Amino acid sequence: MSVMDQQSGMFKVQQTIGSVLCCKCGVPMPPNAANMCVNCLRSEVDITEGLQKSIQIFYCPECGCYLQPPKTWIKAQWESKELLTFCIKRLKNLNKVKLKNAEFVWTEPHSKRIKVKLTVQAEVLNGAVLEQSYPVEYTVRDNLCESCSRFQANPDQWVASVQLRQHVSHRRTFFYLEQLILRHDAASRAIRIQQVDQGIDFFFGNKSHANSFVEFLRKVVPIEYRQDQQLVSHDVKSSLYNYKYTYSVKICPICREDLVCLPQKVASGLGNLGPLVVCTKVSDNITLLDPRTLRCAFLDARQYWRSGFRSALTSRQLVKYFVFDVEPPVGEATVGGQKYALSYVQIARESDIGKMFYVQTHLGHILKPGDQALGYDIYGANVNDNEMEKYRLSVKNGLPEAILIKKCYDEHRERKQKKTRSWKVKKLPMEVDDSRGRVDPEKNEKEYEEFLRDLEENPELRFNISLYRNKDYQESETASMTDGEGAPSVPIEELLAELDLSAEEEEDDDEEDMAE
Amino acid sequence: MAIRLQYDNNTCEIGVYSKLTNAYCLVSSTSGSTNFFSGFASKLRGVIPIVMTSIGESGTIGTLCVGKKNGLLLPHTTTDQQVQHLRDSLPDRVLVQRTEEPLCALGNAIACNDYFALVHPKLEKETEEIITDVLGVEVFRQTIANNELVGSYCSLSNKGGMVHPDTKVEEMEELASLVQVPLVAGTVNRGSPAISAGLTVNDWTAFCGSDTTSIELSVVNSIFKPIESHPDFVIGDLRKPFIDTYV
Repeated sequence: MSVMDQQSGMFKVQQTIGSVLCCKCGVPMPPNAANMCVNCLRSEVDITEGLQKSIQIFYCPECGCYLQPPKTWIKAQWESKELLTFCIKRLKNLNKVKLKNAEFVWTEPHSKRIKVKLTVQAEVLNGAVLEQSYPVEYTVRDNLCESCSRFQANPDQWVASVQLRQHVSHRRTFFYLEQLILRHDAASRAIRIQQVDQGIDFFFGNKSHANSFVEFLRKVVPIEYRQDQQLVSHDVKSSLYNYKYTYSVKICPICREDLVCLPQKVASGLGNLGPLVVCTKVSDNITLLDPRTLRCAFLDARQYWRSGFRSALTSRQLVKYFVFDVEPPVGEATVGGQKYALSYVQIARESDIGKMFYVQTHLGHILKPGDQALGYDIYGANVNDNEMEKYRLSVKNGLPEAILIKKCYDEHRERKQKKTRSWKVKKLPMEVDDSRGRVDPEKNEKEYEEFLRDLEENPELRFNISLYRNKDYQESETASMTDGEGAPSVPIEELLAELDLSAEEEEDDDEEDMAE
Repeated sequence: MAIRLQYDNNTCEIGVYSKLTNAYCLVSSTSGSTNFFSGFASKLRGVIPIVMTSIGESGTIGTLCVGKKNGLLLPHTTTDQQVQHLRDSLPDRVLVQRTEEPLCALGNAIACNDYFALVHPKLEKETEEIITDVLGVEVFRQTIANNELVGSYCSLSNKGGMVHPDTKVEEMEELASLVQVPLVAGTVNRGSPAISAGLTVNDWTAFCGSDTTSIELSVVNSIFKPIESHPDFVIGDLRKPFIDTYV
């Protein structure tokens, strides 16, 4: 008795389903629409009649794709859900019956056969529903897909290239960008990546891939780009044009820690900021901080490229200072999550300790007497910048003698003598192009080391990139003994979080080790 | 033994085109060949009258009329000539009556043997009285396996009855206690639940549609127990000389 009947309080006679004899074999059975037992029904009608039992499918062994006629290639793993969907879609006439279930029957991968067991339902003889399962055999034939066969013929055949350039003397931006690209898997469709002087070239097999890559770049760095195309071939009869596309992408030359003297127009546009400012961060917009007032401003790519100013001094011209005295902060500010304190400090250059300077700095919160700091020696530097020159002439008191940029941890690092890090980063598979300018491997290595050090010191930089545990690293006793005074390093928690993401990869590595 | 028959070519719904009772047999006159008639005649000739007729313009006499040993009810579509023809052809004790029942497919609406009748629940009150008077039976308004067309899904004789295969056990018990003969759920014509279309019976013979399987035939035989070769008064005639000899 159903719940509803109980609720309504109706009396319901219990009903027992009787049995009739199957009209063919005489077996007692509960009545059905055909009044025939299942076995007799099966022998009478075959609902799989007219359905395909064997079929040929094409597989590209290069990229692991299956051909969905007429032209689409679908990527699918062996015995995956996608492959099953693909296999079922390839069957004709399947809409005449109702598909109830489908599963793979195991076959030897080398047999080039896929077997799928399908269970179908159909209505037979006065509305009786019959279910039947049958195997379908797919013969897998190897056939290179269009893009693979083109690639096989000439691996370098690219359709679109992205020429990424930054006209500065170092490659730091590209090291950071490489990590961002890896993190977001943005260049996974690149055919070839080539490291060239002052930049990287990315080659793509498809224009849209290059397009989306440029879009990605636009979101992470302030860029300016133009697109050009070159006619490769032309079919007059069918009016087909074959182009090669080139995207020339320029990254803004202002880098983190650069000293900029803003042009008069830009400075007044930003509310009379600076004009002597420090760039503290470069993402899709540029963060500029005036170290003497702690005021800051953001410039997006469009705003920047309107004036296109350059930095007066770059991080390669940083000079080491000794800090002798730090006065209590006279002001504090927080810019983009980073705290700054305005203080007066007494400093002297490492190279000329006799000459003392009394300057303002935005690093009052971290500097202590006895520390070392890196900064720009405007007093001694031969600045070759028109804006700076104009500014020097316009102010009465003259320029500040020095502008400190960051605290220097060299001393601690030397004391620790740490050779390897507890973490590592991945690298893009990049070829080096020597044709246009010799790349100095030593300089490159030094810059890379600097970049890694930056990562350690700056948690904000680490935020966007993936660090992996370095398995070669053995923690030394001295390292674990160091107190909080030491140079900043990457906390193990951050690595662990990344470990989860790359757990599978780690396992793979383990397996490889075992195999060895 | 029940006999397999077929109407014209490949039509196995013989119950639709014929009406068999203990006292007479009606056969549709619209058949293209005489095979259908001779099928009945082979078994019934000389025993009961076999009358060829049609009702109105239709040959589906089995679904349109209902009759028993001592009466025959015709729907209002029957013409006067047809009524007269039937009155002339049938034995005198058979009452032939035309009804004004709106459900004019009487054969589908009414299932009866010589003592009881199961009728469509929405049958007119007057028709019910006419059935009682003309056929001389007790009338019960019933459904079989939730079907109101009791005449289609049930075949009754004085010895037994066959009902729709979906009939529940309890329902079957109830029906059996009403008509007071054993009932069985079964099929004819290779699994068809339309019993009276594929099967026409009286107390000593049974005719089935040509698609009926041997399994179904054996069910029919076991419940209606048709006599092997000849009706019982034929045997009675034969028996006399034997008894004479032995006595």
